Amino acid sequence: MAEIATTVPQRVAKPPRLRGVTTLLGTVPFFAFVTAFLIIPTLVVVFGAFAGDEGGVTLANVKALGNSYILDAFGRSIALSLISALVGAVLGALLAYALTTAKPEGILRRTVTAAAGVLAQFGGVTLAFAFLATIGLSGFVTVWLRETFNFDLYANGVWLFELPGLTLVYTYFQIPLMVIVFLPALDGIRPQWREAIESLGGTTWQYWTRVAGPLLAPAFLGSFLLLFANSFSAYATAAALVSQGSPLIPLQIRGALTSEVLLGQQNVGKAMALGMVIVVSVVMTLYTLLQRRTSKWLG
Amino acid sequence: MAGVIARRARKQRAFRWTVLIVLGVFFLLPFLAMVEFSTRDPQTWPLLVNWPELSERYPALSEGILASLLQASLTALLMLVLLVPTAVWVRLRLPRLRRLVEFICLLPLTIPAIVLVVGLAPVYAWVNYFLGGSSVTLVFAYTILVLPYAYRAIDAGLSAIDVKTLAEAARSLGAGWGTVMWRVVLPNIRSAVLSAAFLTVALVLGEYTIASLLNRTNLQVAINFLGKSSATMSVAVSLTALLLAFVLLLLLSLLGGRRRRASAVEAAPAVPASVAAKESPL
Amino acid sequence: MRLFTRTIAVSLAATTIAAVAACSPPEKKSESAGTSAASATSAAGLGGIDKLVEAAKAEGQLNVIALPPNWANYGEIIKAFGDKYGIKVNSAQPDGSSQDEINAANQLKGQDKAPDVFDLAATVATANVALFSPYQVATFGDIPENLKDANGTWVNDYGGYMSIGYDSAKVPAPASLADLLKPAYKGKVALNGDPTQAGSAFGGVQMASLANGGTVEDITKGVDFFGQLKKAGNLLPVDPDSASIQSGQTPVVFDWDYLNASEAGKLKTWKTFVPNGAVLGSYYVQAISKDAPHPAAARLWQEFLYSDEGQNLWLKGGARPVRAEAMQKAGTIDKTAFDALPKIEGTPVIPTEAQNAKAKEYLAANWAKAIG
Repeated sequence: MAEIATTVPQRVAKPPRLRGVTTLLGTVPFFAFVTAFLIIPTLVVVFGAFAGDEGGVTLANVKALGNSYILDAFGRSIALSLISALVGAVLGALLAYALTTAKPEGILRRTVTAAAGVLAQFGGVTLAFAFLATIGLSGFVTVWLRETFNFDLYANGVWLFELPGLTLVYTYFQIPLMVIVFLPALDGIRPQWREAIESLGGTTWQYWTRVAGPLLAPAFLGSFLLLFANSFSAYATAAALVSQGSPLIPLQIRGALTSEVLLGQQNVGKAMALGMVIVVSVVMTLYTLLQRRTSKWLG
Repeated sequence: MAGVIARRARKQRAFRWTVLIVLGVFFLLPFLAMVEFSTRDPQTWPLLVNWPELSERYPALSEGILASLLQASLTALLMLVLLVPTAVWVRLRLPRLRRLVEFICLLPLTIPAIVLVVGLAPVYAWVNYFLGGSSVTLVFAYTILVLPYAYRAIDAGLSAIDVKTLAEAARSLGAGWGTVMWRVVLPNIRSAVLSAAFLTVALVLGEYTIASLLNRTNLQVAINFLGKSSATMSVAVSLTALLLAFVLLLLLSLLGGRRRRASAVEAAPAVPASVAAKESPL
Repeated sequence: MRLFTRTIAVSLAATTIAAVAACSPPEKKSESAGTSAASATSAAGLGGIDKLVEAAKAEGQLNVIALPPNWANYGEIIKAFGDKYGIKVNSAQPDGSSQDEINAANQLKGQDKAPDVFDLAATVATANVALFSPYQVATFGDIPENLKDANGTWVNDYGGYMSIGYDSAKVPAPASLADLLKPAYKGKVALNGDPTQAGSAFGGVQMASLANGGTVEDITKGVDFFGQLKKAGNLLPVDPDSASIQSGQTPVVFDWDYLNASEAGKLKTWKTFVPNGAVLGSYYVQAISKDAPHPAAARLWQEFLYSDEGQNLWLKGGARPVRAEAMQKAGTIDKTAFDALPKIEGTPVIPTEAQNAKAKEYLAANWAKAIG
């Protein structure tokens, strides 16, 4: 019997070694671009961290990281980032969920998503100004509270420029960011699963802990990581609000690179940047370990 | 069953409106403060809406606005062209590279902009040599800046659909990789791609540090410069810029959402295999 | 197989990275680099001031950096220069510090957006002399010897005294520095920047030291004063700017007198005062970049700044021009503006480099502790 002409084109299997290379080729544009504009700048900074003032290699800059004020700044930055990321992630997830319960094509969801997109990048001097004008020492909310309820917001000290205040300001852009980044994951939840649970007699609690929770956990963790990194390197807003004492690492770096009073600190600034990269790498490792854990729940 | 659904819908509506109102107040209050301040000088808003006089008095502003619009659109384009195929490819063919790509996409966030500029300066010396020193060349730096957010959004979207099955199905029917990306995967991650585009546009419109330190212009640089001459005007322009960005994003979402109905039908069968297996009563 | 492809990829990457990072692009040979303008040390070197104007107009542009429009009237100066010669002035990074100017010069070297001229704090200038090109303006002889480099590599341009600006509608007028510790000023006093970073804030600490019986090199009393201010809850860590002053968020600001004076134009109730016996003066320094993309325009800018017109424009902004003495003798100074400068009681102290160095050492070690 004559062979039946195949209508479906057969793909010839390539030899294994060649296959690996051609597979990698697919990622070349991305990696080439990233190397040019990200890896090289990072390497310039990393090499700078070990460069001496006269041109040699030195560990002095990295040793300088052990100074108590730099370690304190790291501690404060990490604390601020963790807390604002947590608050932003939880509240943002709630808001995102609230949006998914609305009509998918509706004007409410579109408006809130567009607003979130804008607010996620709203920061810097304008945000600091707006916040001071609202809740600062002479802000209209503070004054209103004092005059209407006789309630002094700053009776126990000015917390606006310490950790609580900075956390509050940071959540202003963390929550919208969470909404934008987490919404696609929530969109992937099918209503059929909820109905399936209910038809099997399950409760809302079981739905959230056994089905939606584990499915959303990786995306939630990934978004939390993003929020943490975003808050960790955010600098413009803090620079405008707390220009005295540089309590955070990005502010210390700014001081080292651009101070016109204490010169010659540029390489220490790069060493601090290297420290920041290391911190985020550590957090990323933790995230990876956590991811593996949660993916076990998916079976 | 209908009663359960109706009860849930009511609870959800109450929840939705509570969250929206509480957070809405939180987000709108600072805007009210900005509006109040910008109206303290009675000449600010009339001048702002008088575009010809405004651009004559502050020519840097129109330059900055134009530059920002160009940068936003080009960055969104470059980001999509670069990231979507790579994310899909890595998920399908190179799962071992996933962690590396995730780390790379998170790297821009770990380095503050002021330090990144120190590293970007030699690279931009080359860009300058080949492409000149216009503000539009910032698109390359901006694409890097936007990687963390865009990758996270696209990744979240890809994790919600079963890319492997879809791609294998398409390939076994004879589709080339181009068709797989453009006609099979992309329509299913429309929401994620839109989110990524949102974040890109918003980021580029709000970016200040890198443009400023490389002595180029964009919207925020122009606003900041304006603020040196007139504080009320700069707050007014900031508000307007935010409003315009909001309108832009709204239009973007309307543009992207129109075909949702068609793709929803395509997407419905894409239930992750693992879940389907779990839910089976057998 | 995997190891093979991986090692290829990684080694390729490493070599490209090393190669690219090591080299810089070939210098674009622009006309201005070769002309005599880049090496002219005075207008005579180009054949006279008219030739200089011609060469500058041919270049058509000037890149300045870190010159906010409301700083010593730079807005008007830039406009006047642009209108007079038809040269487009590109003003970058208005918020930049002196070190930002140097960083930009280094990072944008050889590009057409690199800064042409600098306006720097004295410390940064003396540390970066290798980046400057010497030039002697037509009025070079009018400038006192101790306020310029003999070759003209850097020249002082304008100066002022550290002052306290306050909104008389929101706070009572302070008669002396010690008044600022009173409860009436709770949460109202701001420094323009962090003293370990910004020259104006550093000057504020030195002034506080003078006011409390210290010196400009032993600033213990100054740092202590701000520590007390912080403890009393009067010190605001906010960075003051035009918007925060006008909106009332920072009703009391330590800043140079010309900067505080310019706020009075926007906020009618803003007053400036220099405390008795604590007069800390400081000059800024003008220099031309050696790698200026527009060398003729840069030199013309210098000529303009040190001409009577330029100096009077600075005076209008509340700053004291460096040729003030010579102009008073010649009668070319703007009398009204000169008389409008804030009155000072006591001898002005202009710290030397050595004194500043000692003060900075103390500051670096103790500021964070006092404030934090």
